[in-house]
Amino acid sequence: MKLPAVLGGGALKGQIKGERLITPLTVLAITAAVVLMPAERSNWDVGGVISFLTFFATFVAIYGIFTLGLNVQWGYTGVFNFGVMAFFLVGANAAAIITKPPASTEYVRYVGGFGDKLAFIPVLDSEQWLPFLFGIAGAAIFAGLLAFLLSIPTLRLREDYLAIATIGVAEFLRRVTIEERGLVNGTRGLTGIPRPLGELVSTGDYKFVMLAIAVATLVLVYVAIERGIRSPWGRVLRALREDELTTAASGKNVFAFKSQGFVVGAMIMGIGGAIYAYANAAISPDTFTHFFGTFIFWAMLMVGGSGNNKGAILGAYVVWGFWTITLQLQGYTSEHPGPLGFALPDAVQSRIFFIRDFVLGTLIVVVLLLRPQGLLPEERRVSIWVERHAKHLGGARPPPAEQAESPPD
Amino acid sequence: MAATATAYGRLRDYQQLVGQFLTGPGLPLLFLGLGLWAFIGRTDAFVIGVVTGSVLALGAIGLTLIYGILKFAHFAHGDSMMLAAYIAFFALTGVMVGERTDTKVLPWTLSDLPGATKPILNFSFGYGLLMAMAIAAAIMVVVFIVLDRLIYRPLRRRRSGIVIFAIASLGVAIAMRSLILIFWSSFGRFYVPGIRPTTELPFGIRILTDQVFIFWAALVLSALTYVILFRTRLGKAMRAMADNPELALVSGINTDRIIIWTWVIGGGLVGIAGVMLALQAQLKPELGFVLLLPLFASTILGGIGSPQGAFVGAMVVGITEEVAVTLGFISPGYKFSVAFVILILMLLLRPRGLFGAKT
Repeated sequence: MKLPAVLGGGALKGQIKGERLITPLTVLAITAAVVLMPAERSNWDVGGVISFLTFFATFVAIYGIFTLGLNVQWGYTGVFNFGVMAFFLVGANAAAIITKPPASTEYVRYVGGFGDKLAFIPVLDSEQWLPFLFGIAGAAIFAGLLAFLLSIPTLRLREDYLAIATIGVAEFLRRVTIEERGLVNGTRGLTGIPRPLGELVSTGDYKFVMLAIAVATLVLVYVAIERGIRSPWGRVLRALREDELTTAASGKNVFAFKSQGFVVGAMIMGIGGAIYAYANAAISPDTFTHFFGTFIFWAMLMVGGSGNNKGAILGAYVVWGFWTITLQLQGYTSEHPGPLGFALPDAVQSRIFFIRDFVLGTLIVVVLLLRPQGLLPEERRVSIWVERHAKHLGGARPPPAEQAESPPD
Repeated sequence: MAATATAYGRLRDYQQLVGQFLTGPGLPLLFLGLGLWAFIGRTDAFVIGVVTGSVLALGAIGLTLIYGILKFAHFAHGDSMMLAAYIAFFALTGVMVGERTDTKVLPWTLSDLPGATKPILNFSFGYGLLMAMAIAAAIMVVVFIVLDRLIYRPLRRRRSGIVIFAIASLGVAIAMRSLILIFWSSFGRFYVPGIRPTTELPFGIRILTDQVFIFWAALVLSALTYVILFRTRLGKAMRAMADNPELALVSGINTDRIIIWTWVIGGGLVGIAGVMLALQAQLKPELGFVLLLPLFASTILGGIGSPQGAFVGAMVVGITEEVAVTLGFISPGYKFSVAFVILILMLLLRPRGLFGAKT
């Protein structure tokens, strides 16, 4: 079938000139803007820029964790989750209430402050509340539990039904946090979430510790997924994504594997939510919107390339970079013009966030049409066993990693 | 030992019987019973529920046709309704958000027509709003056809999975909502300011006169869709395509034309549904996405592709929502979750819907 070149026919076959350059140029443009704009705004103050970039990198790492989780669900298992926000919310709130001290005033109400209640366990009786690792573990467990419960009724259904059901769950949980005021302090949300390892350094340098925690978590999650996906378990997941019937015919329990992929992805999202809560030190129902809690991660994954973990992280970088740039753009008012007198018209300036949302919505459609494989297409996976034994197999090398035959659609 | 086995066997038979009853005639009977009980017990909540259901029905009928014929979940449906409502608002008042406050940007609007805002009968609006509604419906038809040409047709040609369509329509939904925010900002708006006239129904129930209009409009338009689908050649072709697109194509049906007609009907209904929604409550940009749940619940309840099913489904969802809140089963904050519970129940017990054919 012939498609007009503009609508993707050309791009699909790699005919658009310089298509190879799209990925490096996008990354270069985003990087340049992310570094240069705050530098110019702060009159080339190095300290300010470093501080800005530290926060930026921290959040890229956090969103990278979410996007990796979504990649496990959608990119590898083919489970269609439109309710990422549900696991974000559960992870962030669980981490917060596990590590926060008990509520002290009658105006702030939440369950939590589990530290002294668990003092009978020898390791835990020294602190007044639980250390942050327990928060992260709790976030993963609760998010995984939610995913498991959800998977029982919904994973046997058609994939679009699952999408609708997950939207419902996400909206329901958001309402629960608002309506049940004693649970996580209602609309005001939780503030003053203890900083992990906060006693190590001064407040000014704390951002580097947070960056280290976020990046370390991202790396751990990344390595774990890469190992898992190259294992026999990962191969079954990808087989499921491609063809459920054939996988079932090969004697694999379709439901069990789908459920595992869904739960593992949700646990990763829960961990992301925990790190988000720690990095932000405050969460409220306003944080968990369908746009910010679900859609943005889909945009990141689709832009980066679903089925590719590096792509997922790159997508998080590009989309969050774009997000940050619009934040910076807001500073270019007529009173404070940039170089060459660059300033946004007032009408644009006051609506910059809505315009950003519009661009993101349009972007996801454009990516689906013109570059469905994303910035970094899925690579062909070879099992760890073949990689390890390649040199012993008579010099036969594993086939070169190349683009998978079809993007997951 | 044997006795245990027999008892277990009996239990299994009994379970099977219950299961068959629930997935067979049980659910429709259950909803009928609930409806009757609501009607007798809380007639006021029942009536409001019917009005809510009417608005939902207009949206759900378009959604079910798109779902049935184009075979994908149109996640932009709720936001399309809101966009249509705002287009009607703009045609009526010409107001957009300016530098800081609202500014009238159009030199001439429908309200400037002689007598356009003079209330018809006892309604709160004049014929200006009806014209604005027609304009909104026409614009939504064009928007839907353009979106199909630009986005959904290339995806169809590429034989993309339903999920890719769903993600694309989610992108469209986000874009539509941001357009509303860009042009009209986030505060709630009304077509007609001030207190609106009410009307007395039998049993001493007092509702807004506009709500009577919403109910009749929904009834007439639903009947019209039914007639198009079951009494015309076009409708026959549409049903054929919903049944089996390949078979329809080889039988000489111009499937591309049918797709356009689906968007035309869906777009027209979305335009009217959006205005009705704004008339029933108010204009608020974030209403669109939350509306998706009751819309999909109605669609799945009635069986995908069935307009009469969507109508009944919307009524069930609307009435259950209102009655559950009025009777104090749930607090108003959880109102939407009624639709969600119905949706999950249906998906589990009877995914083909109340009126769907047994597969």
